[in-house]
Amino acid sequence: MAYDMKQTQTAKRLRSAVLLVALAGLLGGCATSGNPKDPIEGFNRAMYGFNEAVDAVVIKPVAQGYDYVLPSPVRTGVTNFFGNIADLFIGVNNLLQGKPDQAVSDLGRVLINSTIGILGLFDVATPAGLEKHEEDFGQTFGRWGVGNGAYVVLPIVGPRTVRDTAGFLLDVTVDPVANVNHVPTRNAMLALRLIDTRADLLPADKVIEEAALDKYTYVRDGYLQRRRSLVYDGNAPREALD
Amino acid sequence: MKYLIGLLAACLFAGSSAASSAAPDTAPDVLVMNVTNEVLEIVRKDKDIQAGNTKKTLELVEAKVLPHFNFQRMTQLSLGREGRQATQEQLKVLSGEFRDLLVRTYSKALTEFRDQEISFKPFKMAATDTDVRVRTEIKQTGGKPVQLDYYLERNAKSWKVYDIEVSGISLVTNYRSSFAQEIRAGGIDGLIRTLQEKNKAADTSSKAK
Repeated sequence: MAYDMKQTQTAKRLRSAVLLVALAGLLGGCATSGNPKDPIEGFNRAMYGFNEAVDAVVIKPVAQGYDYVLPSPVRTGVTNFFGNIADLFIGVNNLLQGKPDQAVSDLGRVLINSTIGILGLFDVATPAGLEKHEEDFGQTFGRWGVGNGAYVVLPIVGPRTVRDTAGFLLDVTVDPVANVNHVPTRNAMLALRLIDTRADLLPADKVIEEAALDKYTYVRDGYLQRRRSLVYDGNAPREALD
Repeated sequence: MKYLIGLLAACLFAGSSAASSAAPDTAPDVLVMNVTNEVLEIVRKDKDIQAGNTKKTLELVEAKVLPHFNFQRMTQLSLGREGRQATQEQLKVLSGEFRDLLVRTYSKALTEFRDQEISFKPFKMAATDTDVRVRTEIKQTGGKPVQLDYYLERNAKSWKVYDIEVSGISLVTNYRSSFAQEIRAGGIDGLIRTLQEKNKAADTSSKAK
Protein backbone atom coordinates (compact mmCIF):
# COMPACT_ATOMS: atom_id res chain seq x y z
CA MET A 1 0.00 0.00 0.00
CA ALA A 2 2.64 2.44 1.11
CA TYR A 3 4.76 1.23 -1.76
CA ASP A 4 1.93 1.90 -4.20
CA MET A 5 1.47 5.41 -2.92
CA LYS A 6 5.12 6.15 -3.21
CA GLN A 7 5.10 4.89 -6.75
CA THR A 8 2.17 7.03 -7.81
CA GLN A 9 3.81 10.03 -6.25
CA THR A 10 7.03 9.41 -8.11
CA ALA A 11 5.09 8.91 -11.29
CA LYS A 12 3.23 12.17 -10.73
CA ARG A 13 6.42 14.08 -10.15
CA LEU A 14 8.02 12.52 -13.16
CA ARG A 15 5.03 13.46 -15.26
CA SER A 16 5.17 17.08 -14.14
CA ALA A 17 8.88 17.14 -14.83
CA VAL A 18 8.33 15.84 -18.34
CA LEU A 19 5.55 18.35 -18.87
CA LEU A 20 7.83 21.15 -17.76
CA VAL A 21 10.50 20.04 -20.19
CA ALA A 22 8.01 19.99 -23.01
CA LEU A 23 6.81 23.46 -22.06
CA ALA A 24 10.32 24.79 -21.73
CA GLY A 25 11.09 23.31 -25.14
CA LEU A 26 8.17 25.18 -26.68
CA LEU A 27 9.15 28.46 -25.06
CA GLY A 28 12.81 27.89 -25.74
CA GLY A 29 12.25 27.25 -29.41
CA CYS A 30 11.26 30.84 -30.00
CA ALA A 31 13.57 32.47 -27.50
CA THR A 32 16.81 32.17 -29.46
CA SER A 33 18.37 35.60 -29.32
CA GLY A 34 21.33 35.07 -31.61
CA ASN A 35 24.03 35.29 -28.95
CA PRO A 36 27.19 34.03 -30.68
CA LYS A 37 28.35 32.22 -27.54
CA ASP A 38 25.06 30.36 -27.29
CA PRO A 39 24.00 29.18 -30.77
CA ILE A 40 21.77 26.39 -29.46
CA GLU A 41 19.95 28.53 -26.92
CA GLY A 42 16.57 26.93 -27.62
CA PHE A 43 17.84 23.46 -26.76
CA ASN A 44 19.84 24.79 -23.82
CA ARG A 45 16.86 26.57 -22.32
CA ALA A 46 14.81 23.39 -22.53
CA MET A 47 17.56 21.36 -20.87
CA TYR A 48 18.01 24.07 -18.25
CA GLY A 49 14.29 23.89 -17.48
CA PHE A 50 14.52 20.12 -17.17
CA ASN A 51 17.49 20.39 -14.79
CA GLU A 52 15.70 22.99 -12.70
CA ALA A 53 12.67 20.72 -12.43
CA VAL A 54 14.76 17.70 -11.38
CA ASP A 55 16.60 19.88 -8.92
CA ALA A 56 13.40 21.26 -7.44
CA VAL A 57 11.70 17.89 -6.91
CA VAL A 58 14.65 15.62 -6.09
CA ILE A 59 18.14 17.04 -5.59
CA LYS A 60 17.47 20.28 -3.73
CA PRO A 61 15.05 18.82 -1.14
CA VAL A 62 17.53 16.04 -0.36
CA ALA A 63 20.39 18.55 -0.10
CA GLN A 64 18.29 20.73 2.23
CA GLY A 65 17.49 17.76 4.45
CA TYR A 66 21.13 16.73 4.45
CA ASP A 67 22.20 20.26 5.35
CA TYR A 68 19.57 20.41 8.12
CA VAL A 69 20.30 17.03 9.69
CA LEU A 70 24.08 16.87 9.67
CA PRO A 71 26.06 18.91 12.19
CA SER A 72 28.40 21.28 10.43
CA PRO A 73 31.68 19.53 11.43
CA VAL A 74 30.37 16.35 9.78
CA ARG A 75 29.39 18.31 6.67
CA THR A 76 32.84 19.84 6.51
CA GLY A 77 34.34 16.38 6.92
CA VAL A 78 32.41 15.07 3.91
CA THR A 79 33.41 18.08 1.78
CA ASN A 80 37.04 17.63 2.86
CA PHE A 81 36.99 13.90 2.11
CA PHE A 82 35.89 14.38 -1.50
CA GLY A 83 38.10 17.45 -1.83
CA ASN A 84 41.08 15.33 -0.86
CA ILE A 85 40.31 12.74 -3.53
CA ALA A 86 39.92 15.54 -6.07
CA ASP A 87 43.29 17.07 -5.14
CA LEU A 88 45.05 14.13 -6.82
CA PHE A 89 43.91 15.06 -10.34
CA ILE A 90 44.05 18.76 -9.57
CA GLY A 91 47.77 18.09 -9.12
CA VAL A 92 47.94 16.15 -12.40
CA ASN A 93 46.21 19.01 -14.21
CA ASN A 94 48.54 21.59 -12.70
CA LEU A 95 51.43 19.50 -14.00
CA LEU A 96 49.85 19.33 -17.48
CA GLN A 97 49.42 23.11 -17.34
CA GLY A 98 53.12 23.59 -16.69
CA LYS A 99 52.84 24.54 -13.03
CA PRO A 100 55.02 21.91 -11.34
CA ASP A 101 55.34 23.80 -8.05
CA GLN A 102 51.56 23.92 -7.70
CA ALA A 103 51.35 20.24 -8.63
CA VAL A 104 53.85 19.36 -5.91
CA SER A 105 51.81 21.40 -3.44
CA ASP A 106 48.61 19.53 -4.47
CA LEU A 107 50.23 16.12 -4.05
CA GLY A 108 51.65 17.28 -0.72
CA ARG A 109 48.10 18.13 0.31
CA VAL A 110 46.91 14.62 -0.57
CA LEU A 111 49.76 13.08 1.43
CA ILE A 112 49.25 15.24 4.52
CA ASN A 113 45.46 15.17 4.51
CA SER A 114 45.24 11.40 3.85
CA THR A 115 47.48 10.66 6.82
CA ILE A 116 47.45 13.35 9.48
CA GLY A 117 44.04 14.49 8.24
CA ILE A 118 42.65 10.95 8.74
CA LEU A 119 41.68 9.83 5.22
CA GLY A 120 41.04 13.40 4.18
CA LEU A 121 38.31 14.12 6.72
CA PHE A 122 40.30 17.06 8.05
CA ASP A 123 42.02 19.61 5.87
CA VAL A 124 45.21 20.17 7.84
CA ALA A 125 47.20 21.12 4.74
CA THR A 126 45.50 24.52 4.25
CA PRO A 127 46.40 25.90 7.68
CA ALA A 128 49.88 24.45 7.11
CA GLY A 129 50.23 26.76 4.12
CA LEU A 130 49.38 24.47 1.19
CA GLU A 131 46.55 26.32 -0.49
CA LYS A 132 43.77 24.37 -2.23
CA HIS A 133 43.55 24.84 -5.99
CA GLU A 134 40.78 24.29 -8.47
CA GLU A 135 41.73 22.59 -11.74
CA ASP A 136 40.18 20.16 -14.20
CA PHE A 137 40.80 18.94 -17.75
CA GLY A 138 38.54 21.64 -19.22
CA GLN A 139 40.82 24.29 -17.71
CA THR A 140 43.89 22.43 -18.92
CA PHE A 141 42.56 22.49 -22.49
CA GLY A 142 41.81 26.19 -22.04
CA ARG A 143 45.34 26.79 -20.84
CA TRP A 144 46.62 24.98 -23.93
CA GLY A 145 44.71 27.48 -26.05
CA VAL A 146 41.61 25.45 -26.93
CA GLY A 147 38.64 27.80 -27.37
CA ASN A 148 35.35 27.41 -25.55
CA GLY A 149 33.14 26.40 -28.44
CA ALA A 150 29.39 26.71 -27.95
CA TYR A 151 27.73 26.87 -24.55
CA VAL A 152 25.88 23.63 -23.78
CA VAL A 153 23.57 22.69 -20.92
CA LEU A 154 23.99 18.98 -20.21
CA PRO A 155 21.25 16.90 -18.54
CA ILE A 156 21.70 16.86 -14.71
CA VAL A 157 25.38 17.87 -15.07
CA GLY A 158 24.44 21.44 -15.98
CA PRO A 159 26.32 24.23 -17.80
CA ARG A 160 29.43 23.40 -19.85
CA THR A 161 30.99 24.51 -23.10
CA VAL A 162 31.98 22.09 -25.84
CA ARG A 163 35.58 22.27 -24.56
CA ASP A 164 34.52 21.77 -20.96
CA THR A 165 32.30 18.84 -21.95
CA ALA A 166 35.36 17.07 -23.38
CA GLY A 167 37.24 17.95 -20.22
CA PHE A 168 34.38 16.71 -18.08
CA LEU A 169 34.34 13.33 -19.86
CA LEU A 170 38.04 12.95 -19.10
CA ASP A 171 37.49 14.06 -15.50
CA VAL A 172 34.88 11.33 -15.09
CA THR A 173 37.01 8.69 -16.78
CA VAL A 174 39.85 9.13 -14.29
CA ASP A 175 37.70 10.07 -11.29
CA PRO A 176 38.78 7.75 -8.41
CA VAL A 177 35.24 7.72 -6.99
CA ALA A 178 33.66 6.70 -10.29
CA ASN A 179 36.25 3.94 -10.58
CA VAL A 180 35.46 2.18 -7.30
CA ASN A 181 34.85 -1.49 -8.22
CA HIS A 182 32.17 -2.29 -5.68
CA VAL A 183 29.15 -0.88 -7.48
CA PRO A 184 26.84 -0.19 -4.48
CA THR A 185 29.69 1.60 -2.67
CA ARG A 186 30.52 3.57 -5.79
CA ASN A 187 26.92 4.66 -6.31
CA ALA A 188 26.50 5.64 -2.68
CA MET A 189 29.65 7.72 -2.81
CA LEU A 190 28.68 9.41 -6.07
CA ALA A 191 25.26 10.26 -4.63
CA LEU A 192 26.77 11.56 -1.40
CA ARG A 193 29.21 13.74 -3.30
CA LEU A 194 26.45 15.14 -5.50
CA ILE A 195 24.27 15.99 -2.51
CA ASP A 196 27.17 17.46 -0.56
CA THR A 197 28.15 19.67 -3.50
CA ARG A 198 24.56 20.75 -3.97
CA ALA A 199 24.20 21.57 -0.26
CA ASP A 200 27.29 23.78 -0.46
CA LEU A 201 25.54 25.76 -3.19
CA LEU A 202 22.33 26.39 -1.25
CA PRO A 203 23.30 29.89 -0.02
CA ALA A 204 24.38 30.98 -3.52
CA ASP A 205 20.98 29.82 -4.79
CA LYS A 206 19.12 32.44 -2.84
CA VAL A 207 21.43 35.20 -3.98
CA ILE A 208 21.00 34.25 -7.66
CA GLU A 209 17.24 34.12 -7.20
CA GLU A 210 17.38 37.69 -5.88
CA ALA A 211 19.79 39.01 -8.50
CA ALA A 212 18.70 37.50 -11.81
CA LEU A 213 16.26 39.08 -14.24
CA ASP A 214 16.38 35.92 -16.33
CA LYS A 215 17.98 33.06 -14.43
CA TYR A 216 19.05 31.19 -17.56
CA THR A 217 21.00 34.15 -18.93
CA TYR A 218 22.42 35.02 -15.54
CA VAL A 219 23.69 31.48 -14.91
CA ARG A 220 25.08 31.16 -18.44
CA ASP A 221 27.05 34.39 -18.32
CA GLY A 222 28.21 33.65 -14.80
CA TYR A 223 29.45 30.23 -15.87
CA LEU A 224 31.35 31.62 -18.86
CA GLN A 225 32.97 34.38 -16.79
CA ARG A 226 33.86 31.96 -14.01
CA ARG A 227 35.52 29.46 -16.36
CA ARG A 228 37.52 32.22 -18.03
CA SER A 229 38.71 33.38 -14.63
CA LEU A 230 39.64 29.82 -13.65
CA VAL A 231 41.68 29.23 -16.80
CA TYR A 232 43.70 32.33 -15.83
CA ASP A 233 43.85 31.18 -12.18
CA GLY A 234 41.92 34.22 -11.02
CA ASN A 235 44.03 36.76 -12.93
CA ALA A 236 42.12 37.08 -16.17
CA PRO A 237 42.69 40.33 -18.04
CA ARG A 238 39.63 42.47 -17.51
CA GLU A 239 37.24 42.61 -20.44
CA ALA A 240 36.76 46.15 -21.74
CA LEU A 241 33.62 47.60 -20.20
CA ASP A 242 32.97 50.82 -22.11
CA MET B 1 57.51 57.22 1.49
CA LYS B 2 55.17 60.18 1.66
CA TYR B 3 52.44 57.92 0.38
CA LEU B 4 53.14 55.41 3.11
CA ILE B 5 52.82 58.03 5.81
CA GLY B 6 49.61 59.23 4.21
CA LEU B 7 48.26 55.72 4.17
CA LEU B 8 49.21 55.20 7.77
CA ALA B 9 47.52 58.43 8.75
CA ALA B 10 44.45 57.41 6.80
CA CYS B 11 44.43 54.11 8.68
CA LEU B 12 44.56 55.84 12.02
CA PHE B 13 41.77 58.26 11.25
CA ALA B 14 39.69 55.75 9.39
CA GLY B 15 39.23 53.70 12.52
CA SER B 16 36.84 56.13 14.07
CA SER B 17 34.90 58.44 11.82
CA ALA B 18 36.11 58.04 8.26
CA ALA B 19 34.54 54.62 7.89
CA SER B 20 31.06 56.01 7.70
CA SER B 21 31.65 59.49 6.34
CA ALA B 22 34.52 58.58 3.98
CA ALA B 23 36.91 61.47 4.26
CA PRO B 24 38.06 62.46 0.77
CA ASP B 25 41.50 61.02 1.11
CA THR B 26 40.72 57.61 2.54
CA ALA B 27 42.73 55.19 0.43
CA PRO B 28 40.50 52.76 -1.49
CA ASP B 29 41.77 49.64 0.25
CA VAL B 30 41.31 51.23 3.66
CA LEU B 31 37.81 52.27 2.66
CA VAL B 32 36.84 48.73 1.62
CA MET B 33 38.38 47.26 4.74
CA ASN B 34 36.64 49.68 7.08
CA VAL B 35 33.21 49.37 5.53
CA THR B 36 33.46 45.55 5.41
CA ASN B 37 34.56 45.26 9.01
CA GLU B 38 32.03 47.75 10.29
CA VAL B 39 29.10 46.14 8.48
CA LEU B 40 30.06 42.60 9.44
CA GLU B 41 30.45 43.59 13.05
CA ILE B 42 26.97 45.07 13.12
CA VAL B 43 25.51 42.01 11.39
CA ARG B 44 27.16 39.64 13.84
CA LYS B 45 25.89 41.56 16.85
CA ASP B 46 22.38 42.32 15.67
CA LYS B 47 19.91 39.62 16.68
CA ASP B 48 17.16 40.98 14.42
CA ILE B 49 19.31 40.78 11.30
CA GLN B 50 20.39 37.27 12.17
CA ALA B 51 16.79 36.24 12.66
CA GLY B 52 16.17 37.31 9.07
CA ASN B 53 14.81 40.84 9.47
CA THR B 54 15.07 41.92 5.84
CA LYS B 55 14.07 45.51 6.48
CA LYS B 56 16.79 46.06 9.03
CA THR B 57 19.43 44.50 6.79
CA LEU B 58 18.35 46.73 3.92
CA GLU B 59 18.57 49.78 6.16
CA LEU B 60 22.08 48.83 7.23
CA VAL B 61 23.23 48.44 3.63
CA GLU B 62 21.53 51.73 2.67
CA ALA B 63 23.27 53.61 5.45
CA LYS B 64 26.74 52.09 5.46
CA VAL B 65 27.43 50.58 2.05
CA LEU B 66 25.45 52.60 -0.49
CA PRO B 67 27.24 55.92 -0.07
CA HIS B 68 30.37 54.28 -1.43
CA PHE B 69 28.80 53.00 -4.66
CA ASN B 70 28.38 54.87 -7.92
CA PHE B 71 25.12 53.43 -9.23
CA GLN B 72 24.86 55.67 -12.23
CA ARG B 73 28.21 54.40 -13.47
CA MET B 74 27.23 50.79 -12.73
CA THR B 75 24.02 51.23 -14.68
CA GLN B 76 25.81 52.76 -17.65
CA LEU B 77 28.39 49.99 -17.71
CA SER B 78 25.70 47.29 -17.52
CA LEU B 79 23.82 48.92 -20.37
CA GLY B 80 26.93 49.07 -22.53
CA ARG B 81 26.27 50.06 -26.12
CA GLU B 82 22.52 49.63 -25.68
CA GLY B 83 22.56 52.57 -23.28
CA ARG B 84 23.16 55.13 -26.00
CA GLN B 85 19.49 55.18 -26.94
CA ALA B 86 18.39 56.01 -23.38
CA THR B 87 17.27 59.52 -22.42
CA GLN B 88 18.54 61.21 -19.25
CA GLU B 89 15.15 60.67 -17.63
CA GLN B 90 15.20 56.95 -18.46
CA LEU B 91 18.73 56.61 -17.12
CA LYS B 92 17.70 58.17 -13.85
CA VAL B 93 14.73 55.85 -13.32
CA LEU B 94 16.79 52.88 -14.46
CA SER B 95 19.67 53.49 -12.08
CA GLY B 96 17.20 53.90 -9.21
CA GLU B 97 15.57 50.54 -9.94
CA PHE B 98 18.90 48.83 -10.56
CA ARG B 99 20.13 50.23 -7.26
CA ASP B 100 17.18 48.66 -5.39
CA LEU B 101 17.87 45.32 -7.04
CA LEU B 102 21.55 45.41 -6.14
CA VAL B 103 20.92 46.50 -2.57
CA ARG B 104 18.56 43.57 -2.07
CA THR B 105 21.03 41.14 -3.61
CA TYR B 106 23.87 42.49 -1.50
CA SER B 107 21.77 42.26 1.66
CA LYS B 108 20.86 38.69 0.84
CA ALA B 109 24.50 37.76 0.29
CA LEU B 110 25.44 39.46 3.53
CA THR B 111 22.93 37.42 5.51
CA GLU B 112 23.87 34.15 3.82
CA PHE B 113 27.62 34.53 4.25
CA ARG B 114 27.81 36.50 7.49
CA ASP B 115 29.69 33.84 9.45
CA GLN B 116 32.59 33.61 7.02
CA GLU B 117 35.87 35.29 7.69
CA ILE B 118 37.08 37.89 5.22
CA SER B 119 40.73 38.58 4.58
CA PHE B 120 42.25 41.47 2.65
CA LYS B 121 44.98 40.88 0.12
CA PRO B 122 48.05 43.10 -0.16
CA PHE B 123 47.25 46.28 -2.07
CA LYS B 124 49.48 48.44 -4.20
CA MET B 125 48.69 51.63 -6.07
CA ALA B 126 50.43 54.69 -7.40
CA ALA B 127 49.42 58.08 -6.03
CA THR B 128 48.18 59.06 -9.48
CA ASP B 129 45.93 56.03 -10.02
CA THR B 130 42.25 56.79 -10.50
CA ASP B 131 40.98 53.26 -11.15
CA VAL B 132 41.94 50.41 -8.83
CA ARG B 133 41.02 46.90 -7.76
CA VAL B 134 40.89 45.99 -4.08
CA ARG B 135 41.07 42.24 -3.57
CA THR B 136 39.49 40.39 -0.68
CA GLU B 137 38.82 36.74 0.06
CA ILE B 138 36.00 34.98 1.86
CA LYS B 139 37.37 32.00 3.76
CA GLN B 140 35.22 28.91 3.53
CA THR B 141 35.39 25.83 5.68
CA GLY B 142 36.27 22.85 3.55
CA GLY B 143 36.59 24.77 0.33
CA LYS B 144 38.73 27.07 -1.68
CA PRO B 145 38.36 30.69 -0.55
CA VAL B 146 35.99 32.81 -2.65
CA GLN B 147 37.57 35.83 -4.33
CA LEU B 148 35.66 39.05 -3.80
CA ASP B 149 37.14 42.04 -5.61
CA TYR B 150 35.99 45.64 -5.60
CA TYR B 151 36.67 48.03 -8.47
CA LEU B 152 36.86 51.64 -7.44
CA GLU B 153 37.16 54.89 -9.33
CA ARG B 154 38.37 58.17 -7.97
CA ASN B 155 35.80 60.93 -8.24
CA ALA B 156 36.26 64.57 -7.30
CA LYS B 157 35.76 63.91 -3.62
CA SER B 158 36.24 60.23 -2.90
CA TRP B 159 36.63 56.69 -4.16
CA LYS B 160 33.48 54.96 -5.33
CA VAL B 161 32.86 51.32 -6.18
CA TYR B 162 31.68 50.78 -9.77
CA ASP B 163 31.90 46.99 -10.03
CA ILE B 164 32.19 43.90 -7.82
CA GLU B 165 33.72 40.63 -8.94
CA VAL B 166 32.80 37.41 -7.15
CA SER B 167 34.96 34.39 -8.07
CA GLY B 168 35.93 36.18 -11.24
CA ILE B 169 32.32 36.96 -12.16
CA SER B 170 31.87 40.68 -12.71
CA LEU B 171 28.48 41.93 -11.62
CA VAL B 172 28.33 44.58 -14.33
CA THR B 173 29.38 42.21 -17.11
CA ASN B 174 26.90 39.61 -15.92
CA TYR B 175 23.97 42.00 -16.29
CA ARG B 176 24.99 42.98 -19.82
CA SER B 177 23.23 40.22 -21.77
CA SER B 178 20.20 40.30 -19.51
CA PHE B 179 19.83 44.03 -20.05
CA ALA B 180 20.43 43.72 -23.78
CA GLN B 181 17.86 40.92 -23.97
CA GLU B 182 15.20 43.03 -22.24
CA ILE B 183 16.00 46.07 -24.38
CA ARG B 184 15.74 44.05 -27.60
CA ALA B 185 12.35 42.77 -26.49
CA GLY B 186 10.81 46.00 -25.19
CA GLY B 187 13.22 48.91 -25.44
CA ILE B 188 14.66 50.82 -22.49
CA ASP B 189 11.16 51.17 -21.06
CA GLY B 190 10.74 47.40 -21.23
CA LEU B 191 13.87 46.94 -19.16
CA ILE B 192 12.64 49.53 -16.64
CA ARG B 193 9.31 47.68 -16.38
CA THR B 194 11.04 44.33 -15.79
CA LEU B 195 13.19 45.80 -13.03
CA GLN B 196 10.19 47.49 -11.44
CA GLU B 197 8.19 44.27 -11.48
CA LYS B 198 11.06 42.32 -9.97
CA ASN B 199 11.52 44.90 -7.22
CA LYS B 200 7.81 45.05 -6.48
CA ALA B 201 7.53 41.26 -6.24
CA ALA B 202 10.45 41.16 -3.82
CA ASP B 203 8.88 43.92 -1.73
CA THR B 204 5.61 42.10 -1.31
CA SER B 205 7.28 38.80 -0.50
CA SER B 206 9.49 40.38 2.15
CA LYS B 207 6.52 42.16 3.71
CA ALA B 208 4.53 38.94 3.82
CA LYS B 209 7.25 37.36 5.94
